[in-house]
Amino acid sequence: MIKAAYIHIPFCEHICHYCDFNKVFLKGQPVGDYLGSLEKEMEIALLETPTRHLDSIFIGGGTPTALNEQQLEKLCAIIKKQLPYDSSTEYTFEANPGDLTEEKLQLLYDAGVNRLSFGVQTFNDELLKRIGRVHRAKDVFHSVEAAKKIGFKNISIDLIYSLPGQTLKDFKETLETSFTLDIVHYSGYSLIIEPKTVFYNLMRKGKLPTPGEDVEAEMYALLMEQMDKHGFKQYEISNFAKTGYESRHNITYWDNEWYFGFGAGAHGYVNGMRRSNHGPLKKYMEPIANGQLPVLEEHKVTLEEQMEEEMFLGLRKRDGVSISRFKEKFGRDPINLFEDQIVQLAGKELIAVCEDQIKLTRQGRFLGNEVFQSFIG
Amino acid sequence: MNREERLKRQEKIRNFSIIAHIDHGKSTLADRILEKTNALTAREMKDQLLDSMDLERERGITIKLNSVQLKYKAKDGEIYTFHLIDTPGHVDFTYEVSRSLAACEGAILVVDAAQGIEAQTLANVYLALDNDLEILPIINKIDLPSADPERVRNEIEEVIGLDASEAVLASAKAGIGIEEILEQVVEKVPAPVGDPNAPLKALIFDSLYDAYRGVVAYIRVVEGTVKVGDKIKMMATGKEFEVTEVGVFTPKSTPLPELSVGDVGFLTAAIKNVGDTRVGDTITSAKNGATEALPGYRKLNPMVYCGLYPIDSAKFNDLREALEKLELNDSALQFEPETSQALGFGFRCGFLGLLHMEIIQERIEREFKIDLITTAPSVIYDVIMTDGIEIKVDNPSNMPDPQKIDRVEEPYVKATMMAPNDYVGAIMELCQEKRGIFIDMQYMDETRVNIIYEIPLSEIVYDFFDQLKSNTKGYASFDYELIGYKPSKLVKMDILLNAEKVDALSFIVHRDFAYERGKVIVEKLKELIPRQQFEVPIQAAIGQKIVARSTIKAIRKNVLAKCYGGDISRKRKLLEKQKEGKKRMKQVGSVEVPQEAFMAVLKMDDNNSKK
Repeated sequence: MIKAAYIHIPFCEHICHYCDFNKVFLKGQPVGDYLGSLEKEMEIALLETPTRHLDSIFIGGGTPTALNEQQLEKLCAIIKKQLPYDSSTEYTFEANPGDLTEEKLQLLYDAGVNRLSFGVQTFNDELLKRIGRVHRAKDVFHSVEAAKKIGFKNISIDLIYSLPGQTLKDFKETLETSFTLDIVHYSGYSLIIEPKTVFYNLMRKGKLPTPGEDVEAEMYALLMEQMDKHGFKQYEISNFAKTGYESRHNITYWDNEWYFGFGAGAHGYVNGMRRSNHGPLKKYMEPIANGQLPVLEEHKVTLEEQMEEEMFLGLRKRDGVSISRFKEKFGRDPINLFEDQIVQLAGKELIAVCEDQIKLTRQGRFLGNEVFQSFIG
Repeated sequence: MNREERLKRQEKIRNFSIIAHIDHGKSTLADRILEKTNALTAREMKDQLLDSMDLERERGITIKLNSVQLKYKAKDGEIYTFHLIDTPGHVDFTYEVSRSLAACEGAILVVDAAQGIEAQTLANVYLALDNDLEILPIINKIDLPSADPERVRNEIEEVIGLDASEAVLASAKAGIGIEEILEQVVEKVPAPVGDPNAPLKALIFDSLYDAYRGVVAYIRVVEGTVKVGDKIKMMATGKEFEVTEVGVFTPKSTPLPELSVGDVGFLTAAIKNVGDTRVGDTITSAKNGATEALPGYRKLNPMVYCGLYPIDSAKFNDLREALEKLELNDSALQFEPETSQALGFGFRCGFLGLLHMEIIQERIEREFKIDLITTAPSVIYDVIMTDGIEIKVDNPSNMPDPQKIDRVEEPYVKATMMAPNDYVGAIMELCQEKRGIFIDMQYMDETRVNIIYEIPLSEIVYDFFDQLKSNTKGYASFDYELIGYKPSKLVKMDILLNAEKVDALSFIVHRDFAYERGKVIVEKLKELIPRQQFEVPIQAAIGQKIVARSTIKAIRKNVLAKCYGGDISRKRKLLEKQKEGKKRMKQVGSVEVPQEAFMAVLKMDDNNSKK
C-alpha cells in the first residue's frame, strides 16, 4: 500500500539561478485551474490505487508558499478531501523564508501541517543575492520565530554549499548561524550545476567561480562534523536530524518504497511503476480534464532494477541496506547477489558489512557515487 | 563489334577527372554534370552523389574513387560517351589521385574565383601534367561577391603556366557555365588512342569488395578488349582469374558484353582478396598477354603507424574481423597483432596518413561498434645499432636500449605551403618549431607566397596541419611528399603512472625538446586522467632518468548530494552515465585511463601555442 504523497506546486515569484525543477513565474498563471486539476488527479489516482492511510504528505515546488491565502486554503482543503491522513501523518510544506505571514502559518497549522522546510540555502546575504534568492538572512529568523509561535515544532532548513564564490569560512559561519535557530532538522546539499539554469550558462562561458572539488569535500566534512557536534544525526548523505525527527518523507525514497507524485512535473512510484507527469501546465491539465492521468513517462521497474535501487538508495542512509529486509522483499541474499561488488568496495573501505547492515563508511559517504554505480547493471 | 566499329566508337569517348582544392566546388560541379547529362532522375539525385560513404559526406572529402559513364549530346549533334572519374581530395591519397588521373586524357581544373590557387591545387595539377593530361581550367564560384576572376585567370597563367584565356567562368552551385564546360571537354580532351586488337592492358585505379561478387576492380582499358569468360592476369602479382562480369557505372552498375579501348568501368572475376587488385597494376590476358605493364605502379607503403586496442579486451577478435573487413576495401591498410603490457592484445596498424588513420578508427567505432584506444601515431624509424645491424621501429616502445644504438634516422618530407604574404612569419615560426629546414620561398604574385621546408614526418603527422590552419587563419594550404631518411638526435620518452611504465604512452622525441615535452605531457595527462581513489604520480623518463613529474590528486567527493525530489529515475541515469564514462576508460595497472590520454602526445602543442 502506498504511504506517501508528493505534491508539486510549480509557481515561483522569483527563479533561483541554480533551480532546474519544473516551475513558472506565478504572475498570470491559472492557479485556480491548476488546483482543480490537482484535485482531479488525486481522485483518479486514488481510484486506481486506493490507500487507507498516508504516513507522509510533502508539498514542494516551485514555491508552495507563493500561493496567496485563498489559494493555500483551497490547496489544504483539496488535500483534506482527497488524501487519507490524520495527526500521525508527517505533513510538510516547503516554504520560502519571508513568504509566510502569520495568517498563512495559522492556516497551514489548522489544516494539520506539522512540518515546515525552509529553503534557507545560506546565511550570507551577498551569496543569497548571487544565487538569485530574494530573501535575506534576517527573514529566516523572523519566519522560524513566527512558525514556532504558531506551534510548529518540526522545522527544517535546507542549506546549499559549494556555491559560486563561497569559501569554507562562509560556510562555517552559515552553519554556526543556523545552529542558533533551535530547530530539529537540516538538509545540506551541494550545488550541482544543471542544464537550463542561469548558472549553467555562466559556467559554459567560464564565468562561474565554483569552489572546486577539494573545497567542496572540506565543506561536506565540516557539515558532518558540525552536525555531529550539535547532536544532529546524519541519517542520510544530505540529511541530519535530532532523534525522532528524521523526515519520513525522505526515508520513503531511500527505503525504495512507493509514493504518489501529484502535480505538473511530479514524479511518483506507483504499483511498481516509476512515473513522471507532464511539466508544462497545459499539457498537465489537458489529460486530467479528460479523466486521464497526466503521465508523460512510465517505466515498470524490473525485479533486477528494484534490487539495484534497493542498494543504491538504501546505501544513502546511515543504517544502509538491511539484509533481512532485502531477503524478505526479494527472496535473495544481497551478500551473494552482489558478492563481487561488496568484496571489492569493502576492500577499498568504502562500505562495511556488519550484522544485518550493508552501509557506507565515512569515506564511502564522500564517494557514494563510486559505490552506487557498482550496483547498477 | 569489329575493329573499325570499335575505333569509331572510341573517337567519341572522353575521359576526364575534376581536380580542385578542397572546398573549391568539385563535388557540386560533378553533380551538375550528372544532372546536365541526365544520368539521374530527379528522385535519384542526391547532393554530392559521388561521395558515397556517410563519412565522406560528413567530412566533405572523397575517400573512395568512383567513376561514372555519361552520354552527352554535343552542339555538333553527335552523342559522346563521357567517363568522369572522381579523385580523392586529400594529401594522404596522392597515389590514388595519380592513378585515377592516369585513367584519363583530360582534367577539369576547378579554381575558386575568390581564393585562387592553393598548394593542393598545384600538387594535383602537377600530377595531371605528369600524366600528360589536357587541362581545362575553370574559374568557379564567380557569383560570390568576393570573386575576382581576372586575378585568378592571371594566377593560373603565371603560377601554373596554363593558357587560361578560354577558362570558363562558372558557378557550379548556380548552374552557370556547365554546358560550356561540357563542350570544352568534347573539343579539347583528346579521344583515347590505343589498338582494340592489341593484347589487353587495363589499368586498375581502384577496387572495392562486394560480398556477392568478390572484388570489383575499377579499370580503364588502355589497349585491347575484355569480356566475360576471358582469362586474365594481374601483372604485378602474376595471379590469374576468369572474368565473370564487365560493365560501367551509369552511375548504377550496368553489365556490358565487353569493355574496349577507352572504356572506364568495372570488372569482376571471383577475386577474393582486394590485395590482388592493386591500384596501379595492369590487367592483361593470361595467354599472349602484354609484355610490358602500364607505367607508374608502385606498392603503397603506410607512412604512419599506431596501435589499435579494444577497450573491452574481450572484443579483440571482433576488432580483427573489423580490420579484415576494412582491409578488403582498402589495400593501403596494414595491420598485425601486437601486445602491450598496458593495453593487452591489439594491432599495430599502418596508414597512409593521419586522416586515413582517423577514418579507419572512426569506421571501426561506428560500423563495428568497438570502442577503441588508439595510441599516438608514430612513423617508422631506422635504427642503426652499434653492431651495424639496422632495424625498423614503428612502435616507440620497441625502441632499443640507447646504449645499443649508433644512430637513429627518421623520415623527412618536403612540405609545400602556400599563403598570403602576411602569414610568412607565422608559417616559418611554426616550421622552425617543428624542426623544419628552410629550403625555398617564392612569390607567386604580389601577395601570395610559396614556402618550402623539409620537416620530419613525425612532426607533420601530429597536428601540423591544424596548427598551420590556425596560425594562418585558414589561409595557408599545404602539401607534402616523402623525400627520405635523415639522422636525428632522437630519444624515447617513457611515461610512468603510479610508478609503473605504461608502454602505450611511450613516444620518440628530439633530444633538444625532450625536457620541455616531458613537462608538457605530464601536465596534459594530469588534465586528461580523472582523479582516482588514490593519488597517482605521473612521471616522464628518458631511460632511468625522470625528466618531469606531476600528480593527480585523489578524488575527494563524488556523491549526489542534491535535492532530487522523488526523481529516482534521474538519479539512476546520472549514475549510469558516470558508469558509462568509466567503461570508456582502460584499466592500466590500478589506474583508469581515458581514451584521450593515449593521444595526449598529440595535444602537447595546444599548450605550447597557447602560451
